Amino acid sequence: MSSDVVDAQPRSAAFGAWLSAAPMVEVINVHKSFGQTSVLAGVNLSVRQGEVVCIIGPSGSGKSTLLRLINHLESPDRGLVRVAGEIIGYEVVNDRLRERSEQDIARQRSQIGMVFQEFNLFSHLTALENVALGPIRVLRTPAGVARDEARTLLSRVGLRHRLHAYPASLSGGEQQRVSIARALALRPAVMLFDEPTSALDPERVDEVLEVIKSLAASGMTMIIVTHEIAFARDVAETVVFIDGGTVVEAGPCRSILTNPHHERTREFLKRVE
Amino acid sequence: MSESQLVAAESNVLPRTGHTTEASVAPTYVVPDAVLALADRPLDPRRRIHPGRWITSAVVIALVAWLAVKLGTNPKLGWSAFAQFFASRIMLDGLIVTLELTFVGQLVATVVGVVLAACGESRNPVLTAFARGYVWFFRSVPLIVQILTWYNLAIVFPVLAIGVPFTSLHLQGSTNAIITPFLAAVLALGLHEAAYMAEIVRAGIAAVPRGQLLAASSIGLTRRQTLRRIVLPQTLRVVIPPTGNQLIGLLKACALVSVIGGDELLTTAQRIYAVNYKTIALLLVVSTWYLILTSVLSVGQHYLERWVDRDMRGGNRGEGSSVPSLGLRLRRNLNPLSFGRGEDSEL
Repeated sequence: MSSDVVDAQPRSAAFGAWLSAAPMVEVINVHKSFGQTSVLAGVNLSVRQGEVVCIIGPSGSGKSTLLRLINHLESPDRGLVRVAGEIIGYEVVNDRLRERSEQDIARQRSQIGMVFQEFNLFSHLTALENVALGPIRVLRTPAGVARDEARTLLSRVGLRHRLHAYPASLSGGEQQRVSIARALALRPAVMLFDEPTSALDPERVDEVLEVIKSLAASGMTMIIVTHEIAFARDVAETVVFIDGGTVVEAGPCRSILTNPHHERTREFLKRVE
Repeated sequence: MSESQLVAAESNVLPRTGHTTEASVAPTYVVPDAVLALADRPLDPRRRIHPGRWITSAVVIALVAWLAVKLGTNPKLGWSAFAQFFASRIMLDGLIVTLELTFVGQLVATVVGVVLAACGESRNPVLTAFARGYVWFFRSVPLIVQILTWYNLAIVFPVLAIGVPFTSLHLQGSTNAIITPFLAAVLALGLHEAAYMAEIVRAGIAAVPRGQLLAASSIGLTRRQTLRRIVLPQTLRVVIPPTGNQLIGLLKACALVSVIGGDELLTTAQRIYAVNYKTIALLLVVSTWYLILTSVLSVGQHYLERWVDRDMRGGNRGEGSSVPSLGLRLRRNLNPLSFGRGEDSEL
């Protein structure tokens, strides 16, 4: 990793200790505005290795923006994000954050899997090619090996029979399962899900949730933005409620969903359930 | 439909009385058996007669027949000259030059156009300004002026040289020897066409959904990889139909090269009729060859589009193939009014 040289020169021992600290994902005091609109105003979040966190909250509360900040599809106005021992998008030079090179940011993104609400499968590639593209072009895996691995991954999400189908001929649920396999193919340290079932027909939701559940059971660290409170109850260890650009409440799944402290959380849960 | 008791909803049939108590008793009515029988009976197979269509058809056919007879029987037209020169050695040589100009020109245009479009997408403001300036310049100056300018380049640059700066290593030659009419034509056609290709590719890039770029970033592709692996392949579907039209336009634009004596079809025809005065017959030879070439390209374009569209067929999004039928394609490209920069309009 090209940036290690820089990151290994902390100003203090405390910095080095923080960099390699236990949480797999740490979001510290992140602010983000689009023009005049403030979307996130000082968000903090900490996710342990293997933890499954569900982020809930009203639409427009900044949940998706938070996910995009974690893999640097958006850059924060203030604050920082650390994933798997590295500051995302920036390196520390002379005690200040400096933007990383494009190649470096791309490498960091490849270690953070992302599943989009609208699947965003590459429409000119078959399911197999969608999954194998990342390993071949980013990890430089030999094409034959990458295709074998892609076949295995697609079997794991129940699509062994659709390897050579183009996205347009797959159902929404199938497309979303391909997109999960595409993210997993890069062996990410963390998986981010941005409302993975919101664009699906109701009868297609379960097949995707099953795949996510089995991933959770395999010990993958996951951050899931979702509207499915029942699913969150089922799979999440931690639930984070975001409203108005800040974390209103975070804690163990059961206590947040059944016994929230804050009035806003209570109102939100009443409305969605 | 054995049971003929169809019940219509209250609201469709009866005006509301305003008495809420009555609304709870749903009134019903019965569709008459005669109506049901009518609905079941097959359609009358006899077609309607359209007298207007028959009359206009007759007029048009008569006009065309009259024109055909006039042309076919006119002794001054020189059908024997047409037959003599249509497939003659000298004409076929001109045909080959026309084809070479078209395909080499399109090759130059495609390469330069894609590079220009990529420059337009760059974050480097100098590159984007260069791309925009190029398109502005080469689209603004008439093609015939560009052909003449390239051909007469020797007036301002009598010697062309290529070499390593600050050393004595170089090759040089007389401009007139290097810029043959053929090269002048290829440069003019190719660089002019490149401006249009750049715009076509730019539109294709703009048509790629933003989600594709987000997904490409999320798996760790760089901007360059994204352009090469995701964006450009997806622009093909959008780019190929207008490119086909451009190619056909370029084929026809080759006739302009006759102003510098480019040895293509029209130049050849001109040289012949300068000697034998069978002007119309030789122009007909040229026209017939253009009709044949344009038709062949249209057919090729149709099958190319079907092939490019393969990943969208059999999709569950409800849309059929976006490729126009072969008939429509032919009609569109052969339409005399669509000469020049073919917009993708339905007739």
